[in-house]
Amino acid sequence: MEKGKENRTQGVLKRISGPVVTAVGLDAHMYDVVKVGNEELMGEVIKIQGENVIIQVYEDTAGIRPGEPVSNTGLSLAVELGPGLLTSIYDGIQRPLEVLMDKMGNFIERGVSAPGLSHEKKWEFVPTVKAGDEVKAGDIIGTVQETNIVHKIMVPPRSKGGKVKKITAGSFTVDETVCTLEDGTEITMLQRWPVRVPRPVKEKLNPDVPLITGQRILDGLFPIAKGGTAAIPGPFGSGKTVTQQQLAKWSDAEIVVYIGCGERGNEMTEVLTEFPELEDPKTGKPLMERTVLIANTSNMPVAAREASVYTGITIAEYFRDMGYDVSLMADSTSRWAEAMREISSRLEEMPGEEGYPAYLSARLSEFYERAGRVIALNGEGGSVSVIGAVSPPGGDFSEPVTQNTLRIVKVFWALDAKLSQRRHFPAINWLNSYSLYLDALNEWYDKEVSPEWNPLRAWAMGVLQKEAELQEIVQLVGSDALPDEEQITIEVARMIREIFLQQNAYDAVDTFCPMSKQYHMMKAIKRYADLARAAQAGGATPAQVIGVKSKNELPQIKFIKDYEPELEKIMKQMEAEFDAMRTV
Amino acid sequence: MKEYRTVTQIAGPLVFVEKTEPVGYSELVNIVTADGTVKRGQVLDTSDEIVVVQVFETTAGIGRDSGIRFTGETIKMPVGRDMLGRILSGGGKPIDGGPEIVPEKRLEITGAAINPYARSSPEDFIQTGISTIDGTNTLVRGQKLPIFSASGLPHNDVALQIARQAKVPGSTEEFAVVFAAMGITREEANYFMADFEKTGALERSVVFLNLADDPAVERTITPRLALTTAEYLAFDLGYHVLVILTDMTNYCEALRQIGAAREEVPGRRGYPGYMYTDLASIYERAGIIKGVKGSVTQIPILTMPGDDITHPIPDLTGYITEGQIVVNRELHRKGIYPPINVLPSLSRLMNLGIGKGHTREDHKKVSDQLYAAYAEGNDLRGLVAIVGKDALSERDRMFLEFADLFEDRFVRQGLYEDRSIEETLDLGWELLATLPEEQLVRIDRELIQKYHPKYRKKAQG
Ligand SMILES: Nc1ncnc2c1ncn2[C@@H]1O[C@H](COP(=O)(O)OP(=O)(O)OP(=O)(O)O)[C@@H](O)[C@H]1O
Ligand SMILES: [Mg+2]
Repeated sequence: MEKGKENRTQGVLKRISGPVVTAVGLDAHMYDVVKVGNEELMGEVIKIQGENVIIQVYEDTAGIRPGEPVSNTGLSLAVELGPGLLTSIYDGIQRPLEVLMDKMGNFIERGVSAPGLSHEKKWEFVPTVKAGDEVKAGDIIGTVQETNIVHKIMVPPRSKGGKVKKITAGSFTVDETVCTLEDGTEITMLQRWPVRVPRPVKEKLNPDVPLITGQRILDGLFPIAKGGTAAIPGPFGSGKTVTQQQLAKWSDAEIVVYIGCGERGNEMTEVLTEFPELEDPKTGKPLMERTVLIANTSNMPVAAREASVYTGITIAEYFRDMGYDVSLMADSTSRWAEAMREISSRLEEMPGEEGYPAYLSARLSEFYERAGRVIALNGEGGSVSVIGAVSPPGGDFSEPVTQNTLRIVKVFWALDAKLSQRRHFPAINWLNSYSLYLDALNEWYDKEVSPEWNPLRAWAMGVLQKEAELQEIVQLVGSDALPDEEQITIEVARMIREIFLQQNAYDAVDTFCPMSKQYHMMKAIKRYADLARAAQAGGATPAQVIGVKSKNELPQIKFIKDYEPELEKIMKQMEAEFDAMRTV
Repeated sequence: MKEYRTVTQIAGPLVFVEKTEPVGYSELVNIVTADGTVKRGQVLDTSDEIVVVQVFETTAGIGRDSGIRFTGETIKMPVGRDMLGRILSGGGKPIDGGPEIVPEKRLEITGAAINPYARSSPEDFIQTGISTIDGTNTLVRGQKLPIFSASGLPHNDVALQIARQAKVPGSTEEFAVVFAAMGITREEANYFMADFEKTGALERSVVFLNLADDPAVERTITPRLALTTAEYLAFDLGYHVLVILTDMTNYCEALRQIGAAREEVPGRRGYPGYMYTDLASIYERAGIIKGVKGSVTQIPILTMPGDDITHPIPDLTGYITEGQIVVNRELHRKGIYPPINVLPSLSRLMNLGIGKGHTREDHKKVSDQLYAAYAEGNDLRGLVAIVGKDALSERDRMFLEFADLFEDRFVRQGLYEDRSIEETLDLGWELLATLPEEQLVRIDRELIQKYHPKYRKKAQG
């Protein structure tokens, strides 16, 4: 510490009110990281008011007294970025939970700091540039085989760059210099980046490739694009976490950042036990190897919960800058918003709607704005897709967090308690949900799936809409009173719901459904519908058409991995059954 | 210890004290009234000017003349193995006439969070003997599964039946029970105590009683004392502990009262904005730790004001716990015990604890099929009310009948009827067999061949 300035980097506590404390006699800037009290708990400056510096503390403040010291580190809240991120599980301020357990046992006590990355572990660095090469901010200068993922070592974004003087292959810790530039700049494999500041990119592009998730209702009806944003609101127990975990498991992103923000401890344990055993359907490697977990559960400090979302998105951006497609799940953004509300009310700020701070909507849009498909500074193309769970009180979507989120995101997956109570999973309501990426993605589906796909989807949506209208009539008069034609519509809609939309996350096969299978399933249902209409026009009764036996076999297709022979068999039978109807 | 006589204001359960030496946040405070009574409180806000103390007992008798002693430490609870079999007040003092607890340890009652990395996945099936739980909303060891009820419904009977019958098949260890009452009536408390005594459960129980006429603010520490005890029994002594907390609604009312006294900006329906976080600091204290023998399983009970599941108390609870068992008035009116409505009920950890190696391979599929069929039949009841039974198709009529049968046979059981999981699943099959086989779309052919009564009879006969 510099002499003479000492008294101003060191202040004293004046007031402690839960996670918010006030210090005086301290020079500080907004978002500076400070050490609070004799135990040096980590905190962050969130308000400056005259002589008072107001700090949110990332650990429990019980027992802290006025008069204890506060010192300013002068740094803003930042994460460590470099090899070692993958497979890690962190708390909201990037302390590795494994290290915390080694240091303090099974329960999270306070006053322990732990760096985000191991500073001892050595990584094999392979240069991709050589002495004499010109490099600029963001450029890739070498690689490290981190897991099955190649970690690209980049010139830090704020570096001036220059000519490479020396670059060495070999085994290094993240602190050791791997590259020196002519002007003396030393580059290590470690970058520190302030979490509240988006990492810069060269250009933002419009998303036009879907993030394929293997979930039929998502890929099939309401797709999200790579680099896109989606919200999944729903009451408790409706399937937010299961859906998010499904996306973390099966989406065709190269890197997954999963933030458990103010949710359950056991859910994180589940991810930790399950992911190492599951294989990435694309690479065959354990899913854990592409995953970074952030777990700041509901009973961990709220200020760290507030930070967790920023920690996560910064890590996601870092991998994006290497040219990867990253998907980030935040479960639940409502708990993040509530953390803001709790802190804000301690600050005695003027509350906005339902007690949330007036800046709620600004914070939400700043966060989702960090998603996107980009050209990185180094010219690589990468993306961050953001999927946020929302937990509206009482399941009422008119509340501020849901409403403010829906104003920003492009995809809305509306969970519905009526469906989950009937064990229709995923309980995503097909009438209320939407994707604004459909137009942008049409071409991809045309090319990569089939030119028939887009019309098939439109057809299925039409049938479901029609069913909803018919159901209203059924509720009044009973289904037998419907005209024959409509009875078939109802039956086809039921098939779309039960065969295509319902998908069991816990079935080894059905948990992931490739796009080609989705297409074949929908096509089979459509074929039935066409045959049924033709038969009916030829004089068959609804009972006959609905009684076709082979169609009862269709749901089994979901549970068969190599389904094609079976599907073919069923469809042959179906044609035969309808043929028989005609000849009778 | 220094004693201050600088009380400046008393509002509800809050006492404001000025001109103190530095006082720690969350510190335990003793307040000595003029007649010498000592009341306990806790620091809610501390600064060099004013300290706000929340008193756990009634503030009657506290005035400017009261002496305030700051103890210099946060609230700790003495715990020891001789707590089993004891009855304590909601503040943790023995009230059974027995001796003081011999402390083996003094533990912080707020309880640190279990490091998620240290947790191990709960997966041991607990058989409660109640079909609607075991069959369709299975409880596992280390889970937090609340009962959502409402006034006038037999949730206490359900909780007691669980406490009586809960066992892990194949294990001879009995659960230790930690029972915390918050704001329930003396009569209700006696009901619990009598049952514990009758079944001998009391010997392996620790009971905390904060009754309706005890101070409301004390309720905010009762569950924390109970859980501190439970964690000690589980993680230090290796017991499998079942914690029953009742009634969480009274706990939340106490929180609201304190919030109002502090003139906080209220959240939804007047409850504090931090109620989610506060409740999480209770409910998350359940689970299993890697390499540690015991476990904490929580069954909180709450009564939904106005039978409304969207009320903040059940709502926030449901967002934290791992499912819920919903007790329903309509079933109760029909004279069905236990009146558990399976449709809004859920056990999120069920999948971890059932199936081959846990219960039986057909468990999941049978449960799914029972749900689907009951939901369908139940929906049709609305329709029948409008169009009459005759307008229904044959298929619909079968589902309608299934719904009645399900309630009458599967849901309904005796207060002392302890069904094994095999009995529950077989009963499920028996009911499903009343539907045509091709309607059982949620169950694979193979399982149908193996378990459907039709084929079983053939195999036997
Ligand atoms: N796709 C699915 N397949 C099978 N079961 C599902 C599916 N989605 C949800 N479920 C069931 O619903 C339960 C609740 O889902 P989940 O935990 O995801 O709810 P949630 O919306 O995250 O609730 P909360 O807001 O309380 O966290 C799961 O435990 C599971 O039983
Ligand atoms: Mg969830």
